[in-house]
Amino acid sequence: MASITLEGLKKSYDGKIQAVKGIDLEVADGEFIVLVGPSGCGKSTLLRMVAGLETISQGELRIGERRVNDLEPAERDIAMVFQNYALYPHMTVFDNLAYGLKNRGFKRHDIERRVADTARMLEIETFLTRKPRQLSGGQRQRVAMGRALVREPAAFLLDEPLSNLDAKLRVQMRVEIKQLQRRLKTTSLYVTHDQLEAMTLGDRLVVLNQGQIEQVGTPMEIYTRPATMFVATFIGSPAMNMLPVDYLKERGANGVLDNLPQGTDIVGVRPDDMRMQAPAQPHLVVESTLELLEAAGAESHLYVRLAGSEQPTVIRTSGQPPVAEGETLRFHVIRDALHPFNRDTGQRTDC
Amino acid sequence: MQTKRMTFPGRWLPYALLAPQVVITLIFFIWPASQALYQSLLREDAFGLRTTFVGLENFVRLFGDPLYLNSMKVTLIFSLGTTLLSMSLALLLAVTVNRMIRSRSSYTTLLVWPYAIAPAIAGVLWWFIFNPSIGIVPYLLDMLGYRWNHRTSGGDAMLLVIIAAAWKQISYNVLFFLAGLQSIPQSLIEAAAIDGASPLKRFWTIVFPLLSPTTFFLLVVNVVYAMFDTFGVIHATTSGGPSQATNILVYKVYADGFVGLNLGSSAAQSVILMAIVIALTVVQFRFIERRVNY
Repeated sequence: MASITLEGLKKSYDGKIQAVKGIDLEVADGEFIVLVGPSGCGKSTLLRMVAGLETISQGELRIGERRVNDLEPAERDIAMVFQNYALYPHMTVFDNLAYGLKNRGFKRHDIERRVADTARMLEIETFLTRKPRQLSGGQRQRVAMGRALVREPAAFLLDEPLSNLDAKLRVQMRVEIKQLQRRLKTTSLYVTHDQLEAMTLGDRLVVLNQGQIEQVGTPMEIYTRPATMFVATFIGSPAMNMLPVDYLKERGANGVLDNLPQGTDIVGVRPDDMRMQAPAQPHLVVESTLELLEAAGAESHLYVRLAGSEQPTVIRTSGQPPVAEGETLRFHVIRDALHPFNRDTGQRTDC
Repeated sequence: MQTKRMTFPGRWLPYALLAPQVVITLIFFIWPASQALYQSLLREDAFGLRTTFVGLENFVRLFGDPLYLNSMKVTLIFSLGTTLLSMSLALLLAVTVNRMIRSRSSYTTLLVWPYAIAPAIAGVLWWFIFNPSIGIVPYLLDMLGYRWNHRTSGGDAMLLVIIAAAWKQISYNVLFFLAGLQSIPQSLIEAAAIDGASPLKRFWTIVFPLLSPTTFFLLVVNVVYAMFDTFGVIHATTSGGPSQATNILVYKVYADGFVGLNLGSSAAQSVILMAIVIALTVVQFRFIERRVNY
């Protein structure tokens, strides 16, 4: 159990390419932090720096009270789950779990007890004698988790651990990881590019883009008040629509846009907040042509083109609306649903 | 995997297409081999005037001949020594090369050069280096108080041929070990590092076991090389001497047949060698195909 502190962490290759451009983050003891961002944003590099698999070019990293910048991975008291699981193919499941304990000089019966406890918790006792290649994807994933758990480290680092599973198993393992972390209360850093995983797993999210932190907050904070245009469009699916203020004013804004904060030239609207029924409050009306209707069962996605604009826009409604492609539709947006941004800085303007 | 099936029209075209390969195999492999097999049952006088059928007598004599048994022992020591030396040095080189990033490809290219040198040239090269009168190594060894002379000392001679033969094979082994090392996922080694294994322990408990298919393949290839492809090396350095100390089986076939003109015995020896090659090939296919281990 320990907190993790990142202070101005930087990573550059050959002194030129900057993969991580100064990250400050305080992970509390027992907290589940998810690092999320598009591929190439530096999230895996950051995790590997915490693990000790990449050197830290600049800044300070502390696990607990210890500065660990120059410690070997083994000395940092962390465990890592790799994307491809990285199970030792020539060892049985038991030996895979026991390897780290053996290296640390645990007594034989301690190893056996710990492995047995972990195996029971993850329900992998029945295949302790098998080799990894004899296991299914989900079972391998459990073994990889087990190898991390068995050592009872101060922190877990998970590098996209679910991305090699099929959709159904991914949901199941996601729930299990969450429950496990709740029960063990081990500080965890979890890297993913999947925003649904990020939203559901993390106590707090760290949204990364191009080696920098865009926003840190609870999943709901990030969803309801995205701090930048990048976060707004990255978190949430389908992505938030960005509508230029000038365009909306031209089409008749009914005074809804009159007291937007200083510097606002674009507003974001979640696909759910564009309603087909007119609400009682003052609202914007947007006219558009329906280009594509995606019926996903419980909900439908309407891909529309706004009248007099090339702007592609998505609307989400529940159920299946009685509309046909090519039809002209009117959507209603209330003032509270608008997220004001400045296009040049990319920042939210009302904070 | 999907294989494309192609059918040829007519009866003769397939045979005609196969014919060149079959002819080559018959002329250059099957015919000489059967000649050797036939010859091994005959005794011929030194002038080639009279030939008598003696059955298996050539074989019986060989296995009762202390010189032949000595040659077997010499071959065993030589091939094991060569294989161990070339493989362990190659593994060491491969592991170090694998750590290089920028200069790796040019370095491996340079490493391959010895493989392109003919065995006889390699032999001459080492013969010069170890020449007791003009060589650099005996000169250096002399300063350390060791008098190197492979012309009189059987041990020195054996060491010389092992070094010369192993040197030529190292580059080949390095290439295979390097390919084997690069096929081991980096994340396994990282996982082991996090699991608290020292670099040396990581190598012996993770890398080396995962390398076992490559190691086993090279083991067979190297033994075959040491037993059959080293004629040139022996011929150029020690010619089997001194007093039979480096007279390995292949060299003895030549020495007995073409120097000693005992064709029947020489033929019998090549038949025995043939049997050994066949056995090694079977071992190789049986185990390599299964990719061993994990």
